[in-house]
Amino acid sequence: MNVLFPRNMPQLVKALGEPGARILAGGTDLLVRLRAQPDAKLATLVSLDRVAALRGVALEKPGTVLRIGAASTHAELLAHPLVRARLPMLAQALATLGSPPIRNMGTLGGNICTASPAGDTLPPLLVLGAELELASASGTRSLPLADFLLGPGRTALQPGEALTAVRVPLPEPSARQHFEKVGRRDALAVAVVSLAALVRTGGKGAITSASLAWGAVAPGIWRCPEAEAALVGRKLTLSALNSAARIASSRVQPISDVRASADYRRSVTGNLLLRLAAL
Amino acid sequence: MKLAFTLNGALVRVDADPDQRAVDLLRELNALDVKEGCGTGECGACSILVDGVHKLSCLLLAAQLHGRELTTAAGLGSVKNPHPIQKAFAEHGAVQCGFCTPGMTIAASALLAANPDPTRDEVRQGLSGNLCRCTGYVKIVDAVRAAARKGDGGEA
Ligand SMILES: Cc1cc2nc3c(=O)[nH]c(=O)nc-3n(C[C@H](O)[C@H](O)[C@H](O)COP(=O)(O)OP(=O)(O)OC[C@H]3O[C@@H](n4cnc5c(N)ncnc54)[C@H](O)[C@@H]3O)c2cc1C
Ligand code: FES
Ligand code: FES
Repeated sequence: MNVLFPRNMPQLVKALGEPGARILAGGTDLLVRLRAQPDAKLATLVSLDRVAALRGVALEKPGTVLRIGAASTHAELLAHPLVRARLPMLAQALATLGSPPIRNMGTLGGNICTASPAGDTLPPLLVLGAELELASASGTRSLPLADFLLGPGRTALQPGEALTAVRVPLPEPSARQHFEKVGRRDALAVAVVSLAALVRTGGKGAITSASLAWGAVAPGIWRCPEAEAALVGRKLTLSALNSAARIASSRVQPISDVRASADYRRSVTGNLLLRLAAL
Repeated sequence: MKLAFTLNGALVRVDADPDQRAVDLLRELNALDVKEGCGTGECGACSILVDGVHKLSCLLLAAQLHGRELTTAAGLGSVKNPHPIQKAFAEHGAVQCGFCTPGMTIAASALLAANPDPTRDEVRQGLSGNLCRCTGYVKIVDAVRAAARKGDGGEA
């Protein structure tokens, strides 16, 4: 197997044109997978290590959008003042992802392209309305994250294409953001259930919009428009949250696996919403 | 593929298969303090510092080491001249079989470089990517806190 180290975008898209080329970002998913199936050897790995243009965070569109380079590591994002101040729910998700060395290696782009139902950054990025920037030899395009994720491990990424950046609209500071992951232990724990929530309230404290996304309870990230609708117009009280929680628990159809039973996941799906009362 | 990097301060030039894993190359180069436990990123035994950042050599390819500055536990200090973290591990009984120790001390040095006086909880979080089957962790946390209090949390 050959490993290429492009240094800029033109070199990157050219390298991705090689037959059997595959992007290697932090390697924390890909190299584990390649080890599990050594016959699935790829012809060419294209490392993002030296493509400086794919790293870093910048404010765009006079302060309303954060553009995050796809090869930024989880640790780099977690340390970034704008991510911490303006996207606390993403910071909460990154803080519990893997372990310190996994966060030093793993990248946001890798988490997205792995498209795991337990991918910790996916619920926050979905409720925030993230847009992806994709580049290939034939140009660039942009796609909402919701349209990029097609199913477990399946994305709209085309052969020869790289995810170059994630554009996250910044919620106004008054919007409430929350992420919580329930796992089997505190570190190195794959989510049993996770919830990301973005809630906006109007003048008298009535909820004007609620955006909710759960991880690890469905083949993809799970949304529940009925629970969101049940919150709109009400105040963020325990009783409003209880009714939304009942709706979510009754509609979700999780599976049982080594980490938890379906029944447990169903209860936690609703119960995680109750935490929003403390926001 | 011809590679050049520094390993514990010494320049290394080596011809390696680009898709060889870093942990295998380092052990071939006699850096036997770099251990392989799980091979899948879960145990931290293969921890090294790459340009000062704590990474896992089982999830790095040899080719990715080119031009980098690597530190393994043996590069933190020696038997004659141990790093304060290594000294504290010995003094606090934080070593039993020793298999996790090189990785633990690498993780601890990265932690103390970023946070020179961590609480017990912060130490536990900082070492959460490193597993130990012997000690029960209490003495490891004691050792890291003691090394921190000696005021030399920095890198080697
Ligand atoms: C011990 C351990 C614990 C973990 N814990 C968690 C956890 O708690 N939560 C969690 O969500 N994940 C976890 N993971 C999974 C993994 O660390 C993350 O998904 C990580 O974000 C993957 O990023 P990466 O850069 O390492 O991806 P890589 O492994 O480099 O790549 C993953 C896939 O995405 C593709 N890819 C990567 N970047 C791009 C790009 N820019 N454009 C196009 N394609 C791309 C690759 O070709 C590959 O198919 C864990 C992994 C390990 C080994
Ligand atoms: S051998 Fe690398 S983390 Fe276990
Ligand atoms: S001392 Fe034996 S694994 Fe930690």
